[in-house]
Amino acid sequence: MNREQVLEQVQNTLGDRIKNLFVKNPRRVYFDVDPGDVVEVTRIIHKDLGARFCIASGMEMERDFEILYHFGFESEPPEGVLVSARVHLDKDKPAVDSITPGVPAAAWIEREMHELLGIEFRNHPDMRPLLLAEDWPADVCPLRRGKPWEGKVDRRI
Amino acid sequence: MSTTKPKKTESIVPIGPFHPLQEEPELFRLHVEGETVVDVDVDIGWNHRGIEKLAEDRTWDQVTFLIERICGICSTSHPIAYVQAVEDCVGGVEVPERALYIRTFIAEMERLHSHLLWVGLAGHFLGYNTVFMWGWKYREPVLDIFEEVTGNRNHYAMMKPGGVRRDMDEAMFPSIHQRLDELWKKLELLAGAVIDDPVLHARLKGIGILTKQDAIDYCALGPTSRASGVPSDIRRNHPYAAYDRLDWEVITAKTGDVYDKAIVRVLECFESIKICKQCLDNMPKGEIDAKIKEVPPGEGIGHAEAPRGETFHYVRSDGTNSPIRHKVRAPTFMNLPTCKATVVGESITDATIILASIDPCYCCTERVAVIDADTEKTLMTGKDLVRLSQEKTRRIRKELGQ
Amino acid sequence: MGVKVRALMKSPWVFHVSAGSCNNCDIEILDCLCPRFDIERFGAILVGSIRHADALLVTGAMNRKSARRVRQLYEQAAKPCLVIAIGACALGQGIFRDSYSMVQPLDEVLPPGAVTVYVPGCPPRPEAMIMGVVKALNQLVPAKQPVEAKKEQADE
Repeated sequence: MNREQVLEQVQNTLGDRIKNLFVKNPRRVYFDVDPGDVVEVTRIIHKDLGARFCIASGMEMERDFEILYHFGFESEPPEGVLVSARVHLDKDKPAVDSITPGVPAAAWIEREMHELLGIEFRNHPDMRPLLLAEDWPADVCPLRRGKPWEGKVDRRI
Repeated sequence: MSTTKPKKTESIVPIGPFHPLQEEPELFRLHVEGETVVDVDVDIGWNHRGIEKLAEDRTWDQVTFLIERICGICSTSHPIAYVQAVEDCVGGVEVPERALYIRTFIAEMERLHSHLLWVGLAGHFLGYNTVFMWGWKYREPVLDIFEEVTGNRNHYAMMKPGGVRRDMDEAMFPSIHQRLDELWKKLELLAGAVIDDPVLHARLKGIGILTKQDAIDYCALGPTSRASGVPSDIRRNHPYAAYDRLDWEVITAKTGDVYDKAIVRVLECFESIKICKQCLDNMPKGEIDAKIKEVPPGEGIGHAEAPRGETFHYVRSDGTNSPIRHKVRAPTFMNLPTCKATVVGESITDATIILASIDPCYCCTERVAVIDADTEKTLMTGKDLVRLSQEKTRRIRKELGQ
Repeated sequence: MGVKVRALMKSPWVFHVSAGSCNNCDIEILDCLCPRFDIERFGAILVGSIRHADALLVTGAMNRKSARRVRQLYEQAAKPCLVIAIGACALGQGIFRDSYSMVQPLDEVLPPGAVTVYVPGCPPRPEAMIMGVVKALNQLVPAKQPVEAKKEQADE
């Protein structure tokens, strides 16, 4: 599929689960998805439409948490497209269903986002810490805004 | 993909391997029944340096220097992906042609040095120490060229948003051509040896197979997935720099075993030399920097084909001097989990070479421990496993009358 | 000069540990073993256990998970153990100094005075590392009997 066909197929298959579609340029497509739809949307993009899961990027914004799930469509080189599905989560208790059942390759990044940003991923099969040291306090999420570890973690051993 | 129930912490006897890159608790815990691996547990974070957070305190240009130091081996793949992410965020940046060719040249030279490094290490794990010395000896001319062109053997600091930092002097090109030609001849010897060696066939074929479907499900990258028949190469699928203007092949194989992974890397070295020579021959004259003045609010994604697979960078800007978010994803992050599919069911004598075949941060494969699946007792360590691997090669050589 | 120091002069056994490095210094250390630099002709070899080591090469910026191991290793090493800090990260943590993931620098993780030689660079050239090992060895020997590295190495 060339880039236009990819865009068409994504829109046709996902229908009104896509909100605020933004085609930044022929290689970059962004849209929003409701948190309740994210498991189904990502499963369709990965399993039905055959896109490769690249990674997910989470961040804390001023008013909410955002996660972008990035997928690569690569069926017809050089017509590669990156399609990123954005979900907005509650600022105080960010939580969303894990997409791992439909996108197994997302297992590790969800562990990382849980550890570094404090986002809860419901139904994740293995939510162990991935990166931080054993003595790092579980409630200090270093990738949140500001410097959340100041005053809470002794940076000397 | 099965998941591992968390097991209680073991007191593992720390003994370093032959090349004692670490004396560390294990990165890979292999749970065994007899000689067969029944499960593998991966523990990372030993090199976690909080780079994504540090990037938020640096200017757009300073971040390039930080990003370089994510990995010393892929030291230019991360900067290329990052500067492309910034250019994507700005939008409509016309990177000068000469800069695109210089980027391509540096990236392919890096692929050369990285694959030669891997060949050397693989040789060591198999007990072919001459291959180790050979691979690293022939890395030296590559590092010399880097030093002449960029000023450093490693950490070249060549990339900047909008172009490259330093120009290349045409007066150097004949000498670079000559050294690349000499390296090509040496590589032909090596390729012939690997492709025809019956001991390597016996040792590596059919071992550590990653099926095409598994490679797709794990979203594996780079030679790890190309060896399984998945033609995934960012240079071809999402062309960047000058790759779509040059003549080169994507190397794939069929079976996805360790032998195929090795062949893919060796053959990619030839393609890299081809690309480098074309860059030198076709390098256009002109500027090397689009001179980006500021980064408007927005977001950008940049990705590049590192020696190990796709490096992926996402940046978010609020119009100020620094990114407010920088997500970095190295290729090994997607490739490491494939060890569940490739090592489980295999013998411990093959464990080190299978783990090494995904080409993780090279020291990671050394930090291995073998645990009895029933008693949870530690049976042996990385050093023992490397020794077992080397002994198996010796046995096969004897059997084949070498 | 005691028996141990005399033996060290002939053949320093070196153990290498990384505490959160990008591996560049580590690769250049391995490069010292390879044909161009070949430290084995000086008798220096990399060993597999800290208990056999005369010298400890440390790279990396002291990340939280790894720094404790470095301290444990130093404690397990037989003394005298020359500690050689290799690379900007091991010297003062370099660009990673402010990271949440780092603890204090190497020479504060280890007891005061433990670090014998600092080899700067990012990464230091193999010649600089070899010079660093030679300088560390010279510290053990009285001033009138310095160990001289081969002239072509020293002049790089």
